[in-house]
Amino acid sequence: MSVLLSVPGFLANEPVRVALAVGGGAALVCAVVGCATVMRRQSFAGHALADVSSAGGSAAYLLGVNPLFGFLGMAAAAAGVMEWADIREARERDLLTGVVLGAGLGLAALLLYFDATVRSVSGAAVTVLFGSMFTIPASIVPLALAVAAVALAASAIVHRPLLVSSLSADLARAQGIRVRAVALTHALALALAVSLSAMTVGAILSTALLIGPAAAALRLAKRPASAVVFAALIGLGATWGGIVLAYESFYWTPGHGWPVSFFIVALIFCAYLIAGWRAGRAGVRRAPHPSGCEGT
Amino acid sequence: MFSTFMAHAWIVATMVAVVAGAVGFFVVARRAAFAAHALPLGAFPGAAAASLLGVSQLLGLVVFSALGVAAIARLQRGERREVASALWLALSLAVGTLLLGFSGQYVQSIYGLLFGEVLGISRGQLVGVAALGVVALSVLVLFARRLLLESLSEDLAGAAVGRSSRLEWVFLGILALSSAIAVPVVGALLVFSLMVGPASAARAFTDRPWRALAVSVALAIGTVWAAIALSYLSNWPVGFFVGVLSAACYVAGRLHGGGVAQAA
Repeated sequence: MSVLLSVPGFLANEPVRVALAVGGGAALVCAVVGCATVMRRQSFAGHALADVSSAGGSAAYLLGVNPLFGFLGMAAAAAGVMEWADIREARERDLLTGVVLGAGLGLAALLLYFDATVRSVSGAAVTVLFGSMFTIPASIVPLALAVAAVALAASAIVHRPLLVSSLSADLARAQGIRVRAVALTHALALALAVSLSAMTVGAILSTALLIGPAAAALRLAKRPASAVVFAALIGLGATWGGIVLAYESFYWTPGHGWPVSFFIVALIFCAYLIAGWRAGRAGVRRAPHPSGCEGT
Repeated sequence: MFSTFMAHAWIVATMVAVVAGAVGFFVVARRAAFAAHALPLGAFPGAAAASLLGVSQLLGLVVFSALGVAAIARLQRGERREVASALWLALSLAVGTLLLGFSGQYVQSIYGLLFGEVLGISRGQLVGVAALGVVALSVLVLFARRLLLESLSEDLAGAAVGRSSRLEWVFLGILALSSAIAVPVVGALLVFSLMVGPASAARAFTDRPWRALAVSVALAIGTVWAAIALSYLSNWPVGFFVGVLSAACYVAGRLHGGGVAQAA
């Protein structure tokens, strides 16, 4: 309860303010991009981009540049490869995604090894993979918020054609939508969202922030617009709640706090379970729920 | 490279490759790539919990793999299956780091568990891996025809309809066992590479399922052997070579398959 008693102290702490800003931006972008990703059944692709971006993060430590650039560069490159291959058949797309993911993680393993041996940055593996929000330098905040703004703008521009082409590519083409350009823009927005999320909760946990709030919101909401709002609320709640709990945890186990990423992921998982429980109850009361044909 | 302290590494890695190659064939046929990625990561906190409680690492891995099977099977009911896998794997990783943080042997253990570590495999571990590998393979042989038939009939029907949930449990169970034995060697993040790369290449080289299964196992063994040898010579992490060589298998299969498709 120490935070609640000392809110000004909590907010006066600079690492906490930086974490709140970067985490908040990441949660908002992930809510918007995540809803489209879940609806397009691209969860695996989103996860793969996140994992591959860890190679970029580790390269950034090796070169001594801003890790956000590393995450971004690698995620955008992987998104480009996956969109360029443009495979229609679902099975082949899954396999290619998996292979890109494996190669990216292999590269990350090598780069992290170099981080530890050449540059002697031994904590790089943990920071890149699992995030460490309270060590984000304040100088990153403007850049992170700019990236968030670009991702939100890109999603806003393509949201309608994207929705149509997610439902049916033929219908979209008949309406004069350039399906590939739309898909590519979405993939780039996905790469931006994943990089921000990787800064926040770490590369291999960022799927949780991208997919979790969106999936929970889509269980509750009937329309895409309200799903985005729910997702943003859940994402922000989990991220900021996680920061508060991590700050608190310094008092639970004297000496060291619990990882922020753990709290954020756990809160998101709870939100997903609660949303499922609520949607299940609503489904029983309302009408026959079209479940069963949902799973692929 | 072939000295006594490497002997265990070669034996265990070969067993892991045989199991991963065989299971991978069904992962590709049943389009379970994401589940195959999520289950090894679900096993990851098991190793951390085991070191915290002071019990055998393999036991922890098996217990958490089983938990993963239950969670994924339960969460994916009437839901988007990939969302269930995504959230389960993120939660497992987060719990794993928390537990490793408590046990105080953070960085090295995390790196080894995620990206693989072939050295320092004990005799007891070797026996455990062999026993579990035999169990996984026998169950696989027992259900192989049914698993294959189901995925083939799905291909004909064009969708995942009429999938028997009992068979799905068996399949996830096999996947979990093979994950548990492969995680300490190849690493939680790259077990999946070893399953998907060789198996997807094998598909391109032959049309016959059982021959493809054999090719998949052979490619997986080749990948692991080459990875260990290269890792030994260069001192670079074994996970790097497993990831890159598995991707190379896939690319080779694509190039070969593309040529066949154009010729036909």
